[in-house]
Amino acid sequence: MIRRESFSTYVSLFFEECIKIGYNSIFIVTIVATFMGAVTTIQTAYNLISPLIPDYIISLVVRDMTILELAPTIIAIVFAGKVGSNIAGELGTMKITEQVDALEVMGINAASYLVLPKVLASMVTYPMLVVLAGFLSIYGGYLTSMLTGIITGTDYIYGIRFEFIPFNVTFALIKAFVFAFLVASISAYKGFYTRGGALEVGRASTSAVTNSCIAILCADYVLAKLLLG
Amino acid sequence: MITINNIKKSFDDKEILKGISGEFHQGKTNLIIGASGTGKSVLLKNIVGLIQPTEGEIYYSGRNFTNCGNQQKADIRREIGMLFQGSALFDSMTVEQNVMFPLNVLTRMPQEEKEERVNFCLERVSLQNANKLMPSEISGGMKKRVGIARAIVNKPNYLFCDEPNSGLDPQTSIRIDNLIKEITDEYQITTLVVTHDMNSVMEIGEQIMFLYKGYKVWEGDNESILHADVEELNDFVFANKMMRRIKSNL
Repeated sequence: MIRRESFSTYVSLFFEECIKIGYNSIFIVTIVATFMGAVTTIQTAYNLISPLIPDYIISLVVRDMTILELAPTIIAIVFAGKVGSNIAGELGTMKITEQVDALEVMGINAASYLVLPKVLASMVTYPMLVVLAGFLSIYGGYLTSMLTGIITGTDYIYGIRFEFIPFNVTFALIKAFVFAFLVASISAYKGFYTRGGALEVGRASTSAVTNSCIAILCADYVLAKLLLG
Repeated sequence: MITINNIKKSFDDKEILKGISGEFHQGKTNLIIGASGTGKSVLLKNIVGLIQPTEGEIYYSGRNFTNCGNQQKADIRREIGMLFQGSALFDSMTVEQNVMFPLNVLTRMPQEEKEERVNFCLERVSLQNANKLMPSEISGGMKKRVGIARAIVNKPNYLFCDEPNSGLDPQTSIRIDNLIKEITDEYQITTLVVTHDMNSVMEIGEQIMFLYKGYKVWEGDNESILHADVEELNDFVFANKMMRRIKSNL
């Protein structure tokens, strides 16, 4: 008997997308986050040359920059480049090769079948990537401080625990949810409404990344103003 | 049976379909023919609901498809199988997965039963050993046959084929045409084929609708098409040397 697409279909699609979007982004997130923390540590130390400022301030700055901005926002830009272009390219190619039409003709709601699992998977996996990036960035800073001797390990650990505000983590996760939604939905829109041929798929992909980045930066400002301002 | 009533379609200011009416009968291969740019594919897309007509109505066995809700539209669509011009196979899936796709998404058939049905359909289109191949590994003709297998796997009541012979050699084209005809006769479904291939017209055209510049200018079968007294149709039918020779022998 023919019926509507089953719930289990969407569940398995969701998990497939979680692997494609989240799991497959772990490598790039690991690399970017670790170096981000390392470089932030060196540059903060370079700027804080006054003997009146204690060394542990370096790791405190690294911690707050990582949690408030670098982990959710910079990783979102990387996420837009990797996942956004992938979503737009995949949907764009499906559109121009009539695969989306084939789904529609079968009686399957192509938008919900193709787009919904991607958006949900992004919103679930991206906050996890942000948490991972936060840990790795701070750990990257720790490794650098140990390797270069900018500050001692004890000072670094003291700094990252000094006057810690738990709400900052909540703020980072709120940003992560919003950015994930923006990247997935903008990219899916650009891909789903692609018209033409291979050239247009490339354009859709580029446009998805550009628009996602602009949306991320605007949302970043709005959220900062609303929640911290 | 599919009935279309005064179908009009415009894109911006350009009117592509200018009020087309007709009936496509069950158990017959119904052809829509015409030169490129006459609106054949647009008419087909209107009939399957990929494009909304500007004006007019479409009925599937008496059910109004144009003005029904999304759910009813989806229900009717589940009775449709369609072969696309470029086959529209899902390129990340194997041949078997492509054919099984509608069963996986739209039915709760046990796996064994699904495999049996898929193998039956692949055998029906003479592709019994292609299950594990990817679409990129098979020829254009094979892709069309996989497309047909996927279209019939759900036992549709209506089969639509958009330019089934485009890009194929004459022998493969005839195989595809015959396959479409056999399936139509076997399952007594309403088949609608959009083509500009005169070989198809002569081979399987039981009921033919000729479109010219957005109008329906002639209707008949593959016998009467050779004797029709319509200038635009004659220009189309006897465009090549072989058909002109046939005409001189009539």
